[in-house]
Amino acid sequence: MLDIRKRTGYLFLAMVVAQVILVSAQVQTKKGTRLLQAVTFEVFSRFEFTTAAAAGRTRNLWSNYVGLRGAKAENDVLKRRVADLEVQLQQEHALATRSQRLQALLDLKSQATVPTLAAEVIAGNPDPVLRTVTINRGSSDGVVADMAVIAPAGVVGRVLGPVARHAARVQLLIDRNAAAGAMTERTRAGGMIVGADAKPPLRMELVSSLADVKVGDAVVASGVDGIYPKGYTIGRVESVDRGTGLELAIGVKPGVDFSSLEEVLVVMTPPRSATRDEDVK
Amino acid sequence: MKIAAVLIGLCGALALQTAISGLLAGGAIGVNLVLVAVVYLALAYGAVTGVLAGTIGGLAQDALAGGIVGIGGLSKTLVGFVVGVLGSQFNLSTTLPRMVMFVAATFVHELVFEGLHAMIGGRHFVLHYSTTLVQALANGLIGVLAFLVVENGPGALQRRRTSRSSLSRRRF
Repeated sequence: MLDIRKRTGYLFLAMVVAQVILVSAQVQTKKGTRLLQAVTFEVFSRFEFTTAAAAGRTRNLWSNYVGLRGAKAENDVLKRRVADLEVQLQQEHALATRSQRLQALLDLKSQATVPTLAAEVIAGNPDPVLRTVTINRGSSDGVVADMAVIAPAGVVGRVLGPVARHAARVQLLIDRNAAAGAMTERTRAGGMIVGADAKPPLRMELVSSLADVKVGDAVVASGVDGIYPKGYTIGRVESVDRGTGLELAIGVKPGVDFSSLEEVLVVMTPPRSATRDEDVK
Repeated sequence: MKIAAVLIGLCGALALQTAISGLLAGGAIGVNLVLVAVVYLALAYGAVTGVLAGTIGGLAQDALAGGIVGIGGLSKTLVGFVVGVLGSQFNLSTTLPRMVMFVAATFVHELVFEGLHAMIGGRHFVLHYSTTLVQALANGLIGVLAFLVVENGPGALQRRRTSRSSLSRRRF
C-alpha cells in the first residue's frame, strides 16, 4: 500500500513537472522570449558559469603547475636567447656605428680636393713605444711611402716605407718621431707639430713667442712639409706657455681619436720629395 | 481491461463534450465531461489511473481547445490525483459522497485552471462562483448517474440473472 502511494506520488510529480515544462515551452516572457527558454537559459547559464569558473581555475592550476615544471628549462632557453640577442644587438650597434663612420669618411672623400683612397686599419703596433697602425692598402693600390693619411676628424699620419703589396704601415702623428708643418688657423702662426709622450700628445714647436696663439685655436696642416695637404685639421691648442725663451711651448690636442681609428683615407698625391725624385729620374 | 476502460471513457467524454458544446453554446450550463470522466476513473480505479486519465484527458482537451496545452492537463492531473487519493482513503461508494467529490473536484479544477491562466496567460483571476456551482452540480449529477448506470446497468442485470439462475438450481 505504501509502495503504491509512493509510486503514485512520483507519477503525479513527474506528470506535473512534464506539464509545467510543456506549458513553459508555450509561454513567452514580457521580453518576448519563451519562458522555458528563458528559465532554461538562466539555469544553464549559471551552471555554465560555475562550470566555466571551475574549469578555468583547474586550467590555471594545471597550467601553473606545468608552467612551474617547465619554467627552469624555459628560463635557460630564454637566457640563452637574451644572450644571443644582446650579442646581435651589439653587432647591429657596431654595424650602425661603422656605417656612420664610413658615411663621414665618404663625406670627407667627396669634399676632399685631393684624390684619396679609403683604407681600413687592420692592426695596431705591437711595440707600445711606436705609434703606428697597419692599413689594408699597399703598393698594388698605388700607395707609396710618405703619403698622408687623413680621417674625417683630421690628419692621422703618413705612410711608412717599405710598403707591402696589400698593406702599409702608417706612422701616427702622435708618434714621438712624427712631425708635420702646421699653423694656427686664426692667425696663421707657423710652426711644427711633433708627437710627444705627454698630455696633450702633440706639441707645436718653432712658434715665435711674439705670435698670437690662444687656447682653443685650431691648428691645421701648413703643407710646407710636402706630405700633409694644407688646411687639414690637426687639432686644437690646449695650452700655451710663453716661458722665457724665443718660442712658445704649445700643447695641442689632436682632432683625431687615435685610440679608435678604424677607417682612414690615404691621400694619393705623392709627396713633394718623391715627385721631385721622379722628375729628376 | 482497465486501460481500455480509461481510453474508452476519455474518448467518449471528449466526443460527447465536443458534441454538446455546440448545443450548449451561449447557455448557462457548461458541463465538463472530461473532468467528470477523470473524477469517475480516479474514484473507480485509484490515484494512478486518476493521474494518467487527468493528464491524457486534459492534454487532449487542451489540444482540441487550441489554448495553452498543459494548463487543463495540469488541473485535471491534480484533480485526478487528489480524488484518487481521497477515494482510497475514504468510503466513497454511495451517491452523496460521490456527488460531493464531483462538485469539489469541479471547484478545485476551476480554481487551478483559472489560477494557472492568470499566472501564465497574464489575465485577471476571475472565478464566477454561480456558474462554477451550476457546472459543479451538473458534473456531479452526470458523474453520479454514470456510477449508477455502470453499477446498475447491463452488467449488473446480467450478474443478477446469473445469481438468480444459480439460486434456482439449488435444491433445498
